[in-house]
Amino acid sequence: MSHLLSIITFLPLLGAAAILVMGGEGEARARNARAIALITTLVDMAASLFLWANFDGSSAAFQFVEQADWLGFGITYHMGVDGISMLFVVLTGVLMPFCILASWESVQKRVAEYMIAFLVLEALMMGVFCALDLVLFYLFFEGGLIPMFVIIGVWGGQRRVYASFKFFLYTLLGSVLMLLAIVAMYLYAGTTDIVTLLNSTHFPPEMQTWLWLAFFASFAVKMPMWPVHTWLPDAHVEAPTAGSVILAGILLKMGGYGFLRFSLPMFASATDMFTPLVFTLSVVAIIYTSFVALAQEDIKKLIAYSSVAHMGFVTMGIFTLTHQGVEGSIYQMLSHGIVSGALFLCVGVIYDRMHTRMIDAYGGLVNRMPFYAACFLVFTLANVGLPGTGGFVGEFLTMLGAFKVNTWVAIFAATGVILSAAYMLYLYWRVVFGKLIKPSLQTIQDLSLREIAILAPLVIITIWMGVYPKPIFDVTTASVEHLLAQNKMALARDKAPKLASAAAKEAHP
Amino acid sequence: MYTAIVFLPLLGSFIAGLFGRVIGARAAELVTTVLLFTSAALSAYVFYDVAMMGHGGIVHLATWIGSGDFQADWALRVDTLTAVMLVVVTGVSSLVHLYSIGYMHEDPHRARFFSYLSLFTFAMLMLVTSNNFLQMFFGWEGVGLASYLLIGFWFQKPEANAAAMKAFVVNRVGDFGFALGIFGVWTVFGTLDFDAVFAAAPGMVGHTMQFGNWQLDTLTTLCLLLFVGAMGKSAQLFLHTWLPDAMEGPTPVSALIHAATMVTAGVFLVCRCSPMFQLAPDALTFVTFIGATTAFFAASVGLFQNDIKRVIAYSTCSQLGYMFAAAGVGAYNAAMFHLFTHAFFKALLFLGAGSVIHAMHHEQDMRKMGGLARQIPFTWAMMLIGNLALTGVGIPLLGIGAAGFYSKDGIINATYLAGTGIGSYAFTLTVVAALMTSFYSWRQFLMTFHGPYRGAAVDEHGHEAHGHDDHGHHTPKLSEVHESPMVMLIPLLILSLGALFAGALFNHMFAGEGVHEFWRGAVALGEHAGEEHHLPLWVEFAPFVVTIIGFAIAYYYYVLHPDVPPKLAARKGMLYTFLYNKWYFDEIYDFLFVKPAVKLGRFLWKKGDGLVIDGFGPDGVAARVLDVTKQTVRFQSGYLYHYAFAMLIGVVALMSYFLFWGGAQ
Repeated sequence: MSHLLSIITFLPLLGAAAILVMGGEGEARARNARAIALITTLVDMAASLFLWANFDGSSAAFQFVEQADWLGFGITYHMGVDGISMLFVVLTGVLMPFCILASWESVQKRVAEYMIAFLVLEALMMGVFCALDLVLFYLFFEGGLIPMFVIIGVWGGQRRVYASFKFFLYTLLGSVLMLLAIVAMYLYAGTTDIVTLLNSTHFPPEMQTWLWLAFFASFAVKMPMWPVHTWLPDAHVEAPTAGSVILAGILLKMGGYGFLRFSLPMFASATDMFTPLVFTLSVVAIIYTSFVALAQEDIKKLIAYSSVAHMGFVTMGIFTLTHQGVEGSIYQMLSHGIVSGALFLCVGVIYDRMHTRMIDAYGGLVNRMPFYAACFLVFTLANVGLPGTGGFVGEFLTMLGAFKVNTWVAIFAATGVILSAAYMLYLYWRVVFGKLIKPSLQTIQDLSLREIAILAPLVIITIWMGVYPKPIFDVTTASVEHLLAQNKMALARDKAPKLASAAAKEAHP
Repeated sequence: MYTAIVFLPLLGSFIAGLFGRVIGARAAELVTTVLLFTSAALSAYVFYDVAMMGHGGIVHLATWIGSGDFQADWALRVDTLTAVMLVVVTGVSSLVHLYSIGYMHEDPHRARFFSYLSLFTFAMLMLVTSNNFLQMFFGWEGVGLASYLLIGFWFQKPEANAAAMKAFVVNRVGDFGFALGIFGVWTVFGTLDFDAVFAAAPGMVGHTMQFGNWQLDTLTTLCLLLFVGAMGKSAQLFLHTWLPDAMEGPTPVSALIHAATMVTAGVFLVCRCSPMFQLAPDALTFVTFIGATTAFFAASVGLFQNDIKRVIAYSTCSQLGYMFAAAGVGAYNAAMFHLFTHAFFKALLFLGAGSVIHAMHHEQDMRKMGGLARQIPFTWAMMLIGNLALTGVGIPLLGIGAAGFYSKDGIINATYLAGTGIGSYAFTLTVVAALMTSFYSWRQFLMTFHGPYRGAAVDEHGHEAHGHDDHGHHTPKLSEVHESPMVMLIPLLILSLGALFAGALFNHMFAGEGVHEFWRGAVALGEHAGEEHHLPLWVEFAPFVVTIIGFAIAYYYYVLHPDVPPKLAARKGMLYTFLYNKWYFDEIYDFLFVKPAVKLGRFLWKKGDGLVIDGFGPDGVAARVLDVTKQTVRFQSGYLYHYAFAMLIGVVALMSYFLFWGGAQ
């Protein structure tokens, strides 16, 4: 129990090692690799659900904390989760088995290496959400780049090299700045311990500005926010299905998580200062990328652009600094993790059959694939934010929070509700409805049992998240409340000297 | 019991949708229909219990969204307003289920159809039983989804798919306003529960709120935002364009969703929020303005349509306008009364039209009909009753007439009695609309059932003007036109009873002396509601006279001189063309919104993302880097592993630097 987080984080590495040392040649090796990967991820999923079951939602403190000496100089191996990070661990745990299953047949070359890459990726992602030390966090955060880079670059589509470099270039730029900021923070505070930094360090406002911007560079690219989003469509298009699922499902959430963990509580006055900037970028993202999505001809690109729009709701919600906005953002990230992951899985299903992602190549699929059409419809509607699906709750709460703070932001964001309906239903119409006239589609098969096993649980989760979100809010509420209180306190402290000096000036002109 | 009424249809929908293939289409039909009739029977009892006996209450089911001080629950609220809607929704829905067993009997996807119908009913019931704005929004979008699915039910028809998407997206434009309204209500009142909001509303009179850059009157702003939602769902002017297209769906769907229930959700919303609207006179003026204008506009478009369903669709649009006109002058009870009677006769008209279409082998163009009365006399009688009710035939001084006579004349009178400028505007337009209603109704009736049969004759002319029917089906010979099966006729018969007598039976409660006892605060009532009014004789007679005139004109053109209308149509006069093309709304919207949206998307994608962002960003940087590295090609191995490795080394190097140099200070 006391090492639960370490187990969850490093268990996948154990699986990866097992695949590495496991013998066998050719097909036998591939089969073993798949089996080991599936078992490992399933166990890890069970462990993450166990974590959830034992999590105390009424407390905002970090739980399941582990601490050990590591590099010296006050840099320790410090792990722990609170209501903000815990559910991302669960999300990662839940999505991974689906990724392995989705790659069961579609990946045929270098299967063992592929599975190893995914297991390593899982370990690193888990680490990001559990780490309570800046250095540890940074290692996990940046380390995740490498397996993803490899997954796109090796098992990707035709322009995979371009895409993986673009992905790399963007994210590297951000992370270098973040690294500098981490160094600066260490120099100032003498520690990289996140809990200490949260509770007892406060950076001078001028320094906060720079730190905020450096972290922002990294998180904005990860989200991705407009205008540093253009790597995402390319990366998605070229990535294999499971790569897209992880990319959209989890990697994009690291940016939002970073804002919540660092920017809001540690750099409160900088957050206050830059809020209008974030609002502007968020709203532009929502509207701009929705229009772009409307014009797409490639299914994956369309969903990628829609992800950017949905992440716009997340950044908007976070910076409303209202309970509803922040909690809605977390919810939006979780539900988007499931829904966009599922949408990419849906694309994967037909890509495996037809080997094209072009919308034009499809049409009338419902005639031969009714089950597929039904599943795809549920996720389409969830992406549109239909009440009763997971997509609604987060979108609604973030806009609710925004309305309270700035009605313009809410008004612009709400237009995204119209546009998302337009581009998603237009996509669904072109792919699924109509007559089945294309000769190439005449023999297309409906979902196999394996595919049903992948999509059906996601359908259930999507609807559950829309109808009864209480179990999730029970986890997040206390921590969100605490986070906002921290932010408020820090802001008041930063403003206090200014007020005092202003008052002094007034008293003695 | 409330729970059973709402969730039995959902259960039916699940069974038919998930297990339709296993249990077979017939079983799916029976299960959904039986469950719906059960739900309807319970609703009838609830109506008696709540509306007549004065019971009712709220059933809490579960928490839905609770975030900080935001709280919205799943709950079922039943008061008189809800009870009325329960009867309308489950009543019409169960009859439509029954009717569809006959109408859809050839369709291979019947199980899916019944599943959607039941799903729709569930969503609509969630809407009308909601106890807060959020659950209402759930039902609101839920019925939108069901409408989308049912309009696009025949997914092989491109028109049906286009219409389905259009319906959803246009409704979303309305929901945009509705959602902002909900945000606003919560920001102002701190709750979304109806009772709490309505109780606090009087305290907000005269307050202002920040909206955009403006300080606006709080209640007016909120009511207008909510009303935008109502305009979308109820197909009011500017957001009406989806409703006529929605006729691409199967006819039972048009009867249930696009006539009797879903489209009236907007009226329901305004009536539910009447305690708020009542305090926002400017918003009410706008409601009346839109309502009356829509009543006039839609009736004018209905004059020259040739598709039997589209005539009724525009008629629906127009009648919904009447309801809003009434609500806007504070006569919410009159609006609800018309909603109630309209559900009967409009469902009757649609199902009757369905019976005609069924008999005509799916021909909908009235120019290819005529003289059907003798072949399908029962349907003829039903349509006759429907039209009598719609046009509001009755004897003014005796006060006896079909359903529409009470409810529609009630609305016209209410607008007159309002005594305001906007009231006079509404009075004038609704009277003129009544004239047009009478004309298009009888025109439709006469073209379909009387005169010579034109099944084969019109082909050459018909196509150039309409171009809508080339689906490859052929109109049958007159002798092949047969009456529909019993399972379709019984629902018609039941609805016709409602169309004839619902007005006379319920006038007392909805709009007569019994109003206060009946509504018990479920809608706001004016001071003089339910009192006997002494109207000038000409006002009392106006609807009656214009109805007669409308009928006379229709009779003149379509019975006495049936050769004249085609000639007039062929001349393509300006007014005719304008009305025939529905005031060009679709074309204007296409030009203003649809085409530019796609163009803008393409522009932002290619120029914005491609040229500007990538050009100056990664591609530009990459190009500069390449310039440099041209000199040092030998370092470029081209293997990704190497880059990944180099990157790792870089990170480690940076880390070491920071650990050993930075940490030493």
